Parts: sequence; C-alpha cells; structure tokens
Amino acid sequence: MWAILSILVENKPGILFKITHLFRARNFNIDSISVGVTENPDYSRMTITTFGDEKRIDQIIKQLDKMIDTIDVKRLDEHKTVYRELSIFKIKISDANDSMDVNKLANAYGGKVHDVKKDSIMVELTATPDQIKAFEELVKPFGIIDVARTGVAALQRSGT
Amino acid sequence: MNKMETMTGAKALMKAMEKEGVKQVFGLPGGANLPMYDEFARCDIRHILARHEQSAAHMADGFGRVSRKPGVCFATSGPGATNVLTGIATAQADSSPMVVVTGQVAVNMIGRDAFQESDIIGMANPVVKYSFQPRTAGEIPGVVRKGFYIAETGRPGPVLIDIPKDVQINKAEMTFPEEFKIQGYHPWTDPDIVAVEKALDMLLNSEKPIILAGGGTIISSAFAELQAVAEALMLPVVTTFKGKGAFPETHPLSLGPIGMHGHAEANKMMAEADCVLAIGTRFSDRSIGTFEAFEKRLKIIHMDVDPAEIGKNQTAQIAVIGDVKVSLRIMIKLLLQRSIKKTEESIWIKHVKETKAYWKENLKIHPGEMSSAKILRKLREILPKESIITTEVGQHQMWASLFYDVIQPGTFFSSTGLGTMGWGFPASIGAKVARPDVPVVDIAGDGSFAMTENSLATAVLEDIPVIVFILNNSILGMVAQWQRTFYDRRMIGVDQQHCPDYVKLAESYGAQGIRAQSMDELDKAIKTALSSDVATVIDIPIDPEEDVLPFVAPGTSLSEMILPS
Repeated sequence: MWAILSILVENKPGILFKITHLFRARNFNIDSISVGVTENPDYSRMTITTFGDEKRIDQIIKQLDKMIDTIDVKRLDEHKTVYRELSIFKIKISDANDSMDVNKLANAYGGKVHDVKKDSIMVELTATPDQIKAFEELVKPFGIIDVARTGVAALQRSGT
Repeated sequence: MNKMETMTGAKALMKAMEKEGVKQVFGLPGGANLPMYDEFARCDIRHILARHEQSAAHMADGFGRVSRKPGVCFATSGPGATNVLTGIATAQADSSPMVVVTGQVAVNMIGRDAFQESDIIGMANPVVKYSFQPRTAGEIPGVVRKGFYIAETGRPGPVLIDIPKDVQINKAEMTFPEEFKIQGYHPWTDPDIVAVEKALDMLLNSEKPIILAGGGTIISSAFAELQAVAEALMLPVVTTFKGKGAFPETHPLSLGPIGMHGHAEANKMMAEADCVLAIGTRFSDRSIGTFEAFEKRLKIIHMDVDPAEIGKNQTAQIAVIGDVKVSLRIMIKLLLQRSIKKTEESIWIKHVKETKAYWKENLKIHPGEMSSAKILRKLREILPKESIITTEVGQHQMWASLFYDVIQPGTFFSSTGLGTMGWGFPASIGAKVARPDVPVVDIAGDGSFAMTENSLATAVLEDIPVIVFILNNSILGMVAQWQRTFYDRRMIGVDQQHCPDYVKLAESYGAQGIRAQSMDELDKAIKTALSSDVATVIDIPIDPEEDVLPFVAPGTSLSEMILPS
C-alpha cells in the first residue's frame, strides 16, 4: 500500500537526518521525499511517500509522531489531496520526427519542452507519480538519457 | 524569569544542574570537558570518578532507575563520547532516565577531523531520546532544563548534551528559565476512561484472564495499584523479566517472570490464558517467544505510556494509552464503584495455584551442594527485603530471575533490553549512591563482571560499599549453554581458565575478597559483606556444566519449554 505522509517539523539543522535515520533503523521504506520551508520560516514541511501494509504504515506514523522534532504528522488521503511531483527528462532523438513526437507527448501530459538539441531534448513535467511513470513508459523507446525527480509535494484540500 | 547574570557556559551548566537537584555526577575528565570539570571546585555537586566512560554511564543509569531522577554522567569528546555509547544504548533499551554531558571540540573546529573529535550527536541519534548541541553559551540553561524534563517524563530515556569547548568557556548573560515549551513533545496522555471500562469488562468476561506486568509498571511505580487490581479481580500475575518484582514474588497470585528463561508455572499459565492485561510492556521476543503464535491465541488489553508501542509487536483488542499508574487507578475506581471484590476462587485460579504448587515442588534443580538455586535462595534468605539487586548479563542473570524472589517491589534491576554485559556492577554503584541506606548486591557472573571490574576503584575510593556476588563457573556460561544445546558441544571462545583470581583482584583494589566454596562459607561471606563498610567481592565457584532451565528456544512459543530432565 502506498501512503503520502505530510510531516511538519521544526526548521532546524539535522532534522532530515533524524527522519531518514528513523526510517532506516526501523526498516521502513522511503519511496520519495521532498522538503521545503513553510510560510512560517520556523517550520519545514516534509512530504514522504512510503509503502507497506496498514499495520506498518500505522507504526511509521506513530514512530514519527513520537519524535520530539515533529510538530504534526498526517497521512494524506490521496483522493482528497493535491499531490504533484516535478520531473525532468533528457530524451535521445535521432531526427526531426522524434523531436515532434516527443513534443506531442509532452504537450499531452502538460509538460514543457526545454533545451532542444539535435540529438536530445529535455522535458519538464509536473504531474502525479503515476502520470510521470506513464510518460516515462511512452518515451522509453526513444531512449532516456537521464531523469531527475523531486519527490512528491502534497497538501490536503480545504474542507476535507 | 530570574534576573540576568553573566557567567561562563560551564558555570551555567553546573548552576542549571543544581537547580535540577543534581547531587552527583559520574564521569571522567579529558581535554574537551576541562572547563566543566573546573567548576566542580566551585559547586556543591559531587564528582564520582569512574575508570571507563561506559561504566560512568551505567552508574548514572543505575542511579536513575533507583531514584527515578535522571542520573548524570560526564565524558570528554572523541573516545570519551564513543565509550559512553553502550551506556546510552542500554539506558534507551530499558527506558532509563539519564543525562549525558559530553565535551566537544570548539565550534570552529567541528567538521575538520580535529583531535578527539567525533560526531557523537550523529552516532548517538538512534539510541537517545533526544540530543542537544548548544552553539552559544547562553543556550545552556534552557538546554539543561529541557534535557532533564525530556529524560524523566513520559517514557523516560537518555538525553545527550554535547557542548563544544568554546561554548563552555564563553561568557553570556544567563537567564534560567522556569517556563519553557517543547512544541513536538507530549509525554503524557490522559487514559481513555471508556477504554479502561471495556478492558475491565473484557477481563470479567474471560474465563482465564491473566496480568502481564512489564517494566513500565516499575518505572511508573504502580506497585500498589497493580496489587489492588490483581487482588480485587483475583488475577494471576506474571511479569516480563524487566517487570520482575513489579509484584511481590512471594504473593499467592504471583507466578514470576515469563519468557525464554521464565518460571515454568508462569510460561504454562501464560500459554493457557485467554485474555491478558499487559501493563507497560513492549512484548519483546525474549518475553513472549514468536509474535504470531502469541497474538493469535488470546485477547490483549495493552496499557502503555508510549503510543508507538501499541500494535508494534502485538495487536491489542483494547489499548489504554497513558501512565499505567493513572490507568490502573481508573480501573480501581471502577472496581470500587461497581463493588467488585472477588472472594471466591474460580476454576482458573484454582488451576493456577495447583500448577504453581506443582512446579514449586517438582522443578528439578541442579544437583550438588553449590547449585545456582541453593546459592541464590541462600542470598534471599539472608538479605533484608528492601535490599536492591542489580545483575550482570548471562546465566547468573537468568538464575537470579528463577531463584531470587523479589519481596519488595522495585528492588530488582537488570540490563534486560540491550543485555549489556558489565552493566550490573557500575549500576550497583549508582544504585547505592541513590539508596545508601540499603544493601546493594550485584548478582554477577565471572565473564560479565570482568567487563567493568575496574569500577572496584570507584567503589573503594568513593566509599560506596556494594557487594559483588559472583557465580563463578569460569566460563561464558550462556554462550557455553547454547554451544552445548545447539552446536554439538563445540565450546569455542568461552573458557575463562580461572583467570583472574577475583579474591586477589578485589584485594588489589583495596576491596574485600571472600571465596565461598560451601553453603556454610557462603552464609558467613554474605553476613560479613553485609556488616562490612567496604565493597566486597564474594567469589562462588560453581559447576560450568549447569544449564539455565527451563529454556524456551529462540523462535518457539512459551508452551514449548525445555525442562530439566
């Protein structure tokens, strides 16, 4: 089971280390992690996606909650949450047709095309991890040179 | 807020500790903590010199467990700090309140691989409850206040304060805060009364209910509450090993510890019960055997102060989160309201008592005059009931669990979680500092005692007269037992070859050394030690072939005990 955890922490050095250490020491998995300061500079929000059965995810949340540096730990319901990840693909192209095809795919997924060279093209895509995965499958035949992904950022919708 | 005063970081540290009620520090000086050490010349806190930082930490741990106030230990940077790690991990595994203050290289040297620099904050991270590294002197009073608060509240644990040398030396305007806020820390939860009510109903509606008291019962000193609930509901009480002595082991409802080397009657009854009230326990593998076999069999009511323990190892039908003393008091109130006071023995409790009587009568003990059972029963017979016991780790520890009955709750302490050999002796020194008015005995094995035996210097020079009671089989006995049982008697790396001579060793430190080779000699030795005002080592040669039995082999369930043949 996949889970999105939203963790509000004090914005102090060493907290990211403690959180990732907890995952390692307790044998939990980090699928993706993203960290950024909140509107209040005293706090940072970490968004961690992880997987495991219900019992395991419950235990991860409890262990995170127990940490003194965490202010709030929430499991987000993906149906009530806006969650997105930024990804950048560098894709091999061999001719103008390839370039057009990649452009079309990028447009279809709401991506932006950058840095068009004669043998490569870069696509920036902000989407859900599933959509990014689907896009990756579609451009694989062209040859993927590199991918960089940020991990998920997520916030629950108001009134839910 | 008090009025501001200008002073060095080191002075502020000592002042802040005095405000916390600290009377002594166990430790060792070194380059990076000298400014703090210099302050001992100008304050009322006693310094007790250990001979190894690990022992200093165990002394603080022993003090903390007995006094339920954080014990404090000091170490220098680098190797001083890394030596403390085992002591910190031991305290964390057993939820013992402790404050460790390490020196660190100066702030501008951190990260440059300076002499005696170690990233102790990083290394200790998984074994501390929390850690601080103040970067300016002015932070110190607040850090100490928060550090002690975190160490002793909720589920207690070790707190590390790592102070760079320049931060100790620098002066700042200090304020000593009374009020403070730790936003992400909620040590206590009020127990849910409805959950306690449901728990009571579940116990009343079960045919074979039992109480399993863990170490949390002792930490919370919920002795009277536990006894009141057990007596009102007429429930048999087993404990974990860490919970040994949470309930008087001479009480008719007591069955003693369960687990790998639990009492036969305790394991039998735990295996037959259909509902367990588990109080302050984390259901360790050593206590309950295989996790799956345990939770499938019976209904679990789990009371614990730490929400993360609920569902970690066992799935509870009913969870009551909060200080177990408070939770039990709510249950007592409900019992009074509903006028529940069982007077008639159920079929179950009759069966429990018969089983207990059977095993008291029929558990075979090792033959020969100097068996562990006879030796430890002799110790029990002579020691006043308020005496405090610590143990080392190994066979002697499990024999103590089997054959030394705790009469007064909260007088038995052991390294149960981490299983740290060498813990018992320095911990007994800390315990004796906390309770100088009662005899303190470290039940030891030769292998384990050897790991921290140089604490004899501390016991003698600091005038802390503890008794080390060595069941000496001149072998790493528990390892030897596993080699006999699981490795076809290939005895590798266990023979101590009667080295050293512990009587001479004790004497060389200025302690009293007595060898006891018969029950008469043992009787005399214990009495001599009790009336002596110097630390005493009693060396008792025993048979290296004696096993600890019963034995629940790892990966099996409590019903599959290996019994003495």
